[in-house]
Amino acid sequence: MNVADPPGLSRDTEQVFAEPWQAQAFALVLALHARDAFTWREWADELSRELAAAGPDDDGSRYYDHLLATLELLAVRKRLAAAAELSARKAAWADAYRRTAHGRPVELTGEPSP
Amino acid sequence: MALRVKALESLMVEKGLVDPAALDALVDHFEHKVGPRNGARVVARAWSDPAYRTRLLADATVAIAELGYAGGQGEHVVAVENTPSVHNLVVCTLCSCYPWPVLGLPPVWYKSAPYRARAVIDPRGVIAEFGTDLPEDVEVRVWDSTAEIRYLVIPRRPAGTEGLDEAALAALVTRDGMIGTALL
Repeated sequence: MNVADPPGLSRDTEQVFAEPWQAQAFALVLALHARDAFTWREWADELSRELAAAGPDDDGSRYYDHLLATLELLAVRKRLAAAAELSARKAAWADAYRRTAHGRPVELTGEPSP
Repeated sequence: MALRVKALESLMVEKGLVDPAALDALVDHFEHKVGPRNGARVVARAWSDPAYRTRLLADATVAIAELGYAGGQGEHVVAVENTPSVHNLVVCTLCSCYPWPVLGLPPVWYKSAPYRARAVIDPRGVIAEFGTDLPEDVEVRVWDSTAEIRYLVIPRRPAGTEGLDEAALAALVTRDGMIGTALL
């Protein structure tokens, strides 16, 4: 195992977030915590469980996948959103992406999927 | 993954639980305002100003706030100082707790299962993989961060830097040096 960064990345030159969704998910965690949707101890405990389930070979590259899964779980458990509501909204966004022409902003229209 | 975030975010915004502008501000803060340069300034001040070093070791949260660094995951920071006989190494064995105000967000390897496990079991081996063989007579202390307490390592000041001012000293301080996986 080599846990060291590639040469040249040992200072703070690496990107904080590899993709925009990671930044959005992280910001959602902080914003919901800031309005007391959950305590930081609850957050850390749940994230720890998620990371432990990822197993001993988890190399950290899927950290934000685990963060998002933890956030979805807490959002439902804390009744910030119902599980069905969240699933429906994911389907609606997936549908909107499919229907949107390349280069146009993706928007939910509320129309049923074809 | 982007769709899943979008779904959750749009629901939270509709329900009035989060403000989109606040989300943008948070992202900007972590991409541009915090990072290891903050911690490097803290370390350089501690090297240059014995009274500040004393305050930093007594209550790092307060001493860090003197330089304007505060906020999330910085509510209870403990500074641990490397000496000729003691080397400190920081890990979060369970997740990714880290002193954001002074170091920003942790590198990918800090969040990896191998680092989280091996930093405790074999800290010398981990430090060696980062390129440093610690002398046998140096004691290694491992600090396990939690949701409540995060640690900042004060590395040893490199020899031959007596004439340098704080800015020049800060430029010598690396992120890994402040986690304890590297020496300066």
